[in-house]
Amino acid sequence: MWCRFKRRWRRSDDGTTLGFAFAPPTIPFVPAGLEDFRNKEGLDLMLDQTEGYVTADGRQIGPVVMEMKNITLRFGGVEAIKDISFDIREGEIRAIIGPNGAGKSSMLNVISGFYVPQEGQVFYKGQPRPQMKPYEVARQGIARTFQNIALFEGMSVLDNVMTGRLTHMKTGMLAQALWLGKAEAEETANREVAEKIIDFLEIQAIRKTPVSRLPYGLKKRVELARALVAEPSLLLLDEPMAGMNVEEKEDMSRFILDVNDEFGTTIALIEHDMGVVMDLSDRVVVMDYGKKIGDGTPDEVRGNQDVIDAYLGVAHD
Amino acid sequence: MVTTPMGAGGLTSVPALLHRNATEFGTAPAYREKEFGIWQSWTWAETRDEIEALALGLIDLGLNEGDFVAVIGRNRPHLYWSMMAAQMCGAIPVPLYQDAAAEEMAYTLGHCGARFVIVGDQEQVDKVIEVQGELPNFEQMIYLDPRGLRKYDHSKLHQYSHVQDAGRAKTDELRPVMDQRIAKLDYDSTCVMLYTSGTTGKPKGVVLSNRNVIETSKSSSEFDDLRRSDDILAYLPMAWVGDFIFSVGQALWTGFCTNCPESAETMHVDLREIGPTYYFAPPRVFETQLTNVMIRMEDAGKFKQRMFHYFMAHARKVGPDILDGKDVSLGDRLKYQLGELMVFGPLKNTLGFSRVRVGYTAGEAIGPEIFDFYRSLGINLKQLYGQTEATVFITAQPDGEVRSDTVGVQCPGVELKIADNGEVFYRSPGVFVEYYKNAESTADTKDAEGWVATGDAGFIEPDTGHLRIIDRAKDVGKMADGSLFAPKYVENKLKFFPNILEAVVFGNGRTECTAFINIDLTAVGNWAERNNIGYASYQELAQHPQVLSTIKTHVEEVNLSVAQDEMLSGCQVHRFVVLHKELDADDGELTRTRKVRRRIIEEKYADIINALYDGSPKISTTTEVTYEDGRKGSISATLTVCDADVVPVQTKMAAE
Repeated sequence: MWCRFKRRWRRSDDGTTLGFAFAPPTIPFVPAGLEDFRNKEGLDLMLDQTEGYVTADGRQIGPVVMEMKNITLRFGGVEAIKDISFDIREGEIRAIIGPNGAGKSSMLNVISGFYVPQEGQVFYKGQPRPQMKPYEVARQGIARTFQNIALFEGMSVLDNVMTGRLTHMKTGMLAQALWLGKAEAEETANREVAEKIIDFLEIQAIRKTPVSRLPYGLKKRVELARALVAEPSLLLLDEPMAGMNVEEKEDMSRFILDVNDEFGTTIALIEHDMGVVMDLSDRVVVMDYGKKIGDGTPDEVRGNQDVIDAYLGVAHD
Repeated sequence: MVTTPMGAGGLTSVPALLHRNATEFGTAPAYREKEFGIWQSWTWAETRDEIEALALGLIDLGLNEGDFVAVIGRNRPHLYWSMMAAQMCGAIPVPLYQDAAAEEMAYTLGHCGARFVIVGDQEQVDKVIEVQGELPNFEQMIYLDPRGLRKYDHSKLHQYSHVQDAGRAKTDELRPVMDQRIAKLDYDSTCVMLYTSGTTGKPKGVVLSNRNVIETSKSSSEFDDLRRSDDILAYLPMAWVGDFIFSVGQALWTGFCTNCPESAETMHVDLREIGPTYYFAPPRVFETQLTNVMIRMEDAGKFKQRMFHYFMAHARKVGPDILDGKDVSLGDRLKYQLGELMVFGPLKNTLGFSRVRVGYTAGEAIGPEIFDFYRSLGINLKQLYGQTEATVFITAQPDGEVRSDTVGVQCPGVELKIADNGEVFYRSPGVFVEYYKNAESTADTKDAEGWVATGDAGFIEPDTGHLRIIDRAKDVGKMADGSLFAPKYVENKLKFFPNILEAVVFGNGRTECTAFINIDLTAVGNWAERNNIGYASYQELAQHPQVLSTIKTHVEEVNLSVAQDEMLSGCQVHRFVVLHKELDADDGELTRTRKVRRRIIEEKYADIINALYDGSPKISTTTEVTYEDGRKGSISATLTVCDADVVPVQTKMAAE
């Protein structure tokens, strides 16, 4: 089989470089530390519903769908996240990176509504988001995968994927148990959606295989399938490439790009692997010790001195 | 030749056959494909509508009569239809191997000068775009699966369904053009062009006429009594002549249903679900399935194992006879029936062979044990001998005359002739028209009277009339002492061991024979797991001392059996190495149909061959490998050269 990496990886015209060419002109890079100033001046990004931009490879990036404003999260005396603000635009791939313990996963949990920040607010589609239960978040159209795979091990891949359709099923328990009329029609309709995703992620061959028998890389893909089948408007990926070999990473990168491309899904992802992040994402937030030290396109972030210091370390005086 | 000039029943072209099927039994299923977890199906009438819509769309895009249309992709109904649509436009379909790397594709696409290319998905689109600079004739590309292709430049790129839509919209204007072109097709117009796999050089384009395809389909369908109710699973490469004859030729002639699997990985599940009645596979597939069955039986409980072995022993004894309709005692028959209930039935069901009425294996010799295993289960597996130039069929085994060491009697309409040097010649209505743009090779292969050289050495058994193939005529040579050297004969014997995947024997012009061996990772890996032998890579496992000693015993067994044959006793393998990598088509060592390319292997591994003959105990080597996407890398390894015991050859004592 042709290597997936090459098969579906977006290539620039000369065929030499992989990944995107980044040139979003309308988002100026705001150096770390300047956001506060900008907010005080009343340049409120929260209600920024501007039209967005078109990426170099022709995708339309829409207005802001989610905005984190001055988020501070504490666990007892530990400040996991300190006064961080950033936004996620519709249709973009937004990455959060940082060294170990930088607060990335905490940030993702704030976005998903699992953690409630002590200070600051989360705006989703222009509305401040109150404290919510996980299922309410799911109903809002936010789906996620987990760093340490959280699938139902004893169930088949298909059943696992079908659980992702839970929020789309309306018939009562009795009707479903009896498998009558509406319940049957509903499951058929949902199965169709599930099968399309199975086809999309090329996991037809393991459709009926129990998840416990699958290798790690495939489990990750099944988890992505379950998240996707919910037809989320915002997809959160927590370290989608952790523990994968190069080939699996290439596959997964390809699928993430395809998902974004075909379904227009907004994706926020946390990732360790700098190379992957730089190739995949439209904009990157860099965190270190709970603080935001950089925000912008991969090229901008790559040139940011604070980011370089955080990743390579600096000499202590 | 015994062919009616008017064609069989006035049906002189593939579109004409399609039209007959759509009018006579339009509601019968013609094609099925599993997609989204369900078998989607199309009746003959629907199939014709789909094909016509595409043909009209192709004419709309500017496809002319006589143009070549390359078709690249995995087996899907839509791609079979695109071949027939091309025929409706008076164009010539050229199916190509979908797993070929871009450069290989560039050669064939350039050679036929295809103006239109119809492909399955982005993978193929990328490959064609990569080489389009070398293809001056290439104009339009049509793809089936739009995934990932949204942002490509669509000036020369079209989605399959859009082409059909355009065709449907212009039916009124273009239908007369299409009908006119179909009417022009006769028995001698070109039906399809297929590229040979190219064991010894560049692939050659074999031009087959409607006469070749329809006459062959007709006679072979009658030979095996194929029926409209039959089902086949189309999973072998579309570029291979066999697939074209089964899934297009015979399917159209008899009107049976062609089923396409969901993907290559789900093939076995799909096979089980469909339960084909007419099945074809190369020996490798049967071997793999048997290996899997045996491995899984080893994991089964004691009771099941004993039951399996007990009934299999009985099946080996009486199964083939029952299948051939010979006399078998009532007691044995009852016991076999019990076995059918307990073991064979469920096993066949698992393998997907419950309904197989006619099964064929061809392409390579099949091991007698493997062959007998399937036949003893009651599966009517037979052997077939053929080639692209003959439109597949040269000889086949009739029911009741099946043996593992022959390839059967000549098919209806085929004449056979053995030349003085032992090479097999044939003449039939299926004999190809010519090699495209290669009159020289055409003349070399086909003489003025229509006799075609097969390139295989063989003989006809006087008492049964069955043809037996010894080896490729070109490969047969002489050892230094003048005795006969037939590498394939020895290689096949080696390959019959489940642990050995591939073998290449050297020795032409030398004093003794040596061999390269590839281990079968499934079988050997399973053995290692069972015996607590740890290994990190294929390379390490291949060089494990215990693996080497196992292979050594296999080689010695083969030597023993080769020594029985007076003529070939010189071909015993004296030394061998177990290679550090599998021979692979991407590296050019095998053809796309997995046949060994001797000359390339000899050049590439010259250092190892030297080591086999100069007596060195070990050889360090670095081999270049090509990855599936065309990137290159290399593997280094130190290989142990092993000696094998040989049986001393008695020098003509018995003959005196």
